[in-house]
Amino acid sequence: MRKLIALLAFTANLVTPGVAQAQDSKVLRIVPHSNLAILDPIWTTAYMSRNHGYMIYDTLFGTDENNVVKPQMVDTWTVSPDKKVWNFKLRSGLAFHDGKAVTGEDVVASLNRWGKRDAMGVALMGFIEKLEASGADSFRMTLKEPCGFVLEALGKPSSNVPFIMQKRIAETDAFKQIEEHIGSGPYIFVREEFKPGDKAVYVRNGKYVPRKEAPSGSTGGKQVFVERVEWNLALRDAQAQVNALANGEIDILEQPSFPLIPGLKANPDIVVYSYSPVLLQFMARFNHLNKPFDNPKVRQAVLASFSQEPFLQAQVGVKDLYRTCASMFTCGTPYASAAGSDIQSKSNMKKAQELLKASGYDGTAIVIMKPTDLTTIDKLPEVAAQLMRQAGFKVDLQAMDWQTLVGRRAKKDPIDKGGWHMFLTAWQGPDIWNPIVNPTLDTRGEASGWFGWGKDDKIPELKALFMRETDDGKRKQLAEAIQTRAFEVATHAPLGEFDAPLAARKNITGHFRGTGNFYWNVKKN
Amino acid sequence: MLGFIARRLLATIPVLLIVAVLVFLMLRLAPGDPAAILAGDAASTEQIARIRTNLGLDRPIVVQFGIWVGNMLSGDLGESFYYKMKVAKLIGQRLEPTLALATLTILFAVVVSVPLGVVAAWRFGGWFDRVLMGFSVLGFSVPVFVLAYILIYIVSLKLGLLPVQGYQRIADGFWPFFRHLILPSVTLSVIYIALIARVTRASVLEALGEDYIRTARAKGLPEFRVLVRHGLANAAVPIVTVIGIGIALLIGGVVVTESVYAIPGLGRLTVDAVLARDFPTIQGVILFFSFVYVLLNLLIDLSYVFLDPRIRY
Repeated sequence: MRKLIALLAFTANLVTPGVAQAQDSKVLRIVPHSNLAILDPIWTTAYMSRNHGYMIYDTLFGTDENNVVKPQMVDTWTVSPDKKVWNFKLRSGLAFHDGKAVTGEDVVASLNRWGKRDAMGVALMGFIEKLEASGADSFRMTLKEPCGFVLEALGKPSSNVPFIMQKRIAETDAFKQIEEHIGSGPYIFVREEFKPGDKAVYVRNGKYVPRKEAPSGSTGGKQVFVERVEWNLALRDAQAQVNALANGEIDILEQPSFPLIPGLKANPDIVVYSYSPVLLQFMARFNHLNKPFDNPKVRQAVLASFSQEPFLQAQVGVKDLYRTCASMFTCGTPYASAAGSDIQSKSNMKKAQELLKASGYDGTAIVIMKPTDLTTIDKLPEVAAQLMRQAGFKVDLQAMDWQTLVGRRAKKDPIDKGGWHMFLTAWQGPDIWNPIVNPTLDTRGEASGWFGWGKDDKIPELKALFMRETDDGKRKQLAEAIQTRAFEVATHAPLGEFDAPLAARKNITGHFRGTGNFYWNVKKN
Repeated sequence: MLGFIARRLLATIPVLLIVAVLVFLMLRLAPGDPAAILAGDAASTEQIARIRTNLGLDRPIVVQFGIWVGNMLSGDLGESFYYKMKVAKLIGQRLEPTLALATLTILFAVVVSVPLGVVAAWRFGGWFDRVLMGFSVLGFSVPVFVLAYILIYIVSLKLGLLPVQGYQRIADGFWPFFRHLILPSVTLSVIYIALIARVTRASVLEALGEDYIRTARAKGLPEFRVLVRHGLANAAVPIVTVIGIGIALLIGGVVVTESVYAIPGLGRLTVDAVLARDFPTIQGVILFFSFVYVLLNLLIDLSYVFLDPRIRY
C-alpha cells in the first residue's frame, strides 16, 4: 500500500509541475501568529497588518536591536542650531513597486496620514509647524519648539509604523482603509493571490536597493534571498502547526504555543529562535471610572498583592522564557528602571491586606474579564482573582471570548450596565517602551485614548516635559519620575515579561533579532 | 409534480426571511464590537467610535436591518467588515474546499457504509453484525479532532504517506487535490459511516422480513440479487434520507475538520467571521447554509418519487 501511494505521488509530481514548483527552495512558507485581514498598517494597530507593512513598505528610519534609531530611506539629515528646522535627504535609487521614484511629497503625505492615527505621530504633529517637500528627494520639518523625539517617532518600530506610501494613496482619509498596496520595500504584495483566511503571497522586489550596513532590527540592508514568501493563514490549530513544521510542510512557525515548545526543541530538524531583543510584557489594567477602582488606595492594594512570579509560572511555565520586570517600560530598553516600583516589587500579601483595609473598600465584587480563547493570556485572570481574594477582595471572574472582551472594555458604563473593573493583557516591547507610546500612561481621565481612563494631572505635565527635553540623561530622569508617579496612582500593574520564540526548520538561516517578524536576509538552504 | 416543486421553492422565501431576521437580531444582541476588533489593541476609544460610524453601526437597528434587506433583495449580500470584500465573493472563494471535502466524505461514507449495512442485515446476529454495531458506537463516540490527530500522527508523521494539512485546488492537478483531502474525508466520514451503516442495516433487516423476499428466494433467485434488487431497493427511502441530511449537515459541520487540517473552506470562514464579529459575513454564510439545507431537503423529497413509485406529489 505504501509503495503504491509513493508511486502515485511520484507519477503525480511528474505530471503536475505546479507541485514541483511549490516545493522550490526559493519559496519561504510561513505560518504567522494570526490571520491577516486588514492591509492598511496605518488604519489599524494590529500586529499582522504591521508585519504586512514591513514586507512591502520601507521606513525613513528604523530601530536596531540595541534600540538605536538609524536611517533607512533617509540618506542624510541636518538639524538647525535652534533644533527647530530638520532637513532630510532621501537616498538615491528608492522606487515604488510600479517604478515611480519615492519623492519628498510622498513622504509628507505619508507622515501626515500616520500623524492622524498613531499616538506618537499625533504627539509629533503637535510640535510641527510645517512639513513640506523641499525637493524631489528631500523634505523639511519645521517645529514650533524643540522636541526630543523626532527621530524616535520616525524610526518607531511597532504599530503604527510610519511606512512611506505613494502620495495619491497616502492622501486617503486616515479613517478609511487604503485600496492599493504599493510600497517601495523589499517585497511586492501579490494582490491577486491574496485570499483572506487562506494565504498571502509576496514576491521579491528585484529593483529594491538595500542599504550597505548589516541588518539589525528594522535597520540595515534588507537583502532578499528567496523569490517568494507565502503566509499560510489557514493553519491556525496549534498542534497542526507543529505537525506541519515537523513534516517539513512549512518552514517557519511564528508563535508556537508555550506547552509545545519543549517538543519542538527536542526535534533535531527544528530550531527555536528567540527573535526579539525585547520581551513582551503582561499587565493588569484597572478601570479607573468604576468604584472601587476610582480610589487609588484600592488599586495600590491590588498592586501590592500582585507578585509577578505566580502569573509567569501559570501562564508561561517554561522557566527560560520569562523573567520578572519591575519597570513599566520594557526591561532592557533605555527608559526601563525600577523607580517607584517598591509598592509592588517589595510588597507582600500582608501589606496588600493592610492597604485594602485602610482604603475603605466596601466589599464590591471586582469584575475581572477572562478571555478563554487566547492561550497567551488566558491563565492570568485566574491568578489575579486568587491573589486578590487572598488580599481580601471579593472577585467576580467573568469568562468570555477575547473579542467580546475587546468590545466590552471600550465601554465606560457602570458595572450594572455591562461595565468592568479589570482585564489582563500583553504588549510587545516597543509598544510600551517609552512614556509617549505607552498607552496606559495617558491619564487624561475620560479623554484618555486607552481603556481604563486613568486620571492624574501630574503625569501629563511630566510627559510634556519629556517630549520637549532633548537631553538623553534628563529624558531618562523624567521617564523615572513618570513611572514613579504611575506606581503612586497605580495606573496599572506590570506582571513580568516573556519571550514568544519562533520555530523554523534547520535549513532556514539568516534570521536576526528584531522588534517584529522581518523576512529579509532569510535563506532557505 | 411541477406544482409541488414551485410550492416548495416559494416556501423557501419565508424560511429564509425568518432565518435572516433571527440571525440579524441575535448578532446585534450578542456581545462584542466589530469596530473595536478592527481598530486593533492600541486603538483609542475615539478611533473605535469613528470606525463604528464608518461601518454604520451607530445607526438604529431597524435602519441597519432595512439597509441589509434592501441590499439582499438586489442580490447583494454586503461587504465584509473584516476583509473589505464582497461577502458573495468570500463565499465563492471558500466554496470549493468545503464542497470537495463534503462530496468526497459522503462518497467514501456511502461506498463503505451501505455494503457494510447490507451484509450486517444479511448476517443478522452473527460476528460481523456485532463487530459492525460495535464499530458504529465507536464511530459516533470518538470526537472528530481526536481521530484527526491519531490519523495525522500515524499516516503523516510516522509513515510519511500524506500531508499533515492544507488544500490544493483541483485546477492545480487531481492528485495533489485528492492527496490533501484523503485524511480529512476519512476523518469526517467515520461518523457518517457509522450512521448510514446502522440505518442501512435496520432498513434492509426490515425489508428482508417481508413476504416478497420469501417469494424471491422461493423463486430461486441468487442471494446477492435478493439482497440488492429486493432488499436494498425497498429499503432505499430511509437510507437516502439519512444520506441527504448527512450532506446538509456536512456542509455546515466541517468546522473542526477544516480547522485541524487547515482547509480554507466555509466552516473556517464562519469561525473567523464569528470571532471578528463580522456581521455581514456571518449573515451571508448562514443564509447560504439555510438555502442549501432547504434545497437538499427538496431534492431528497423528489428522490422519493423515483425510489418508491407509490409516492406521488
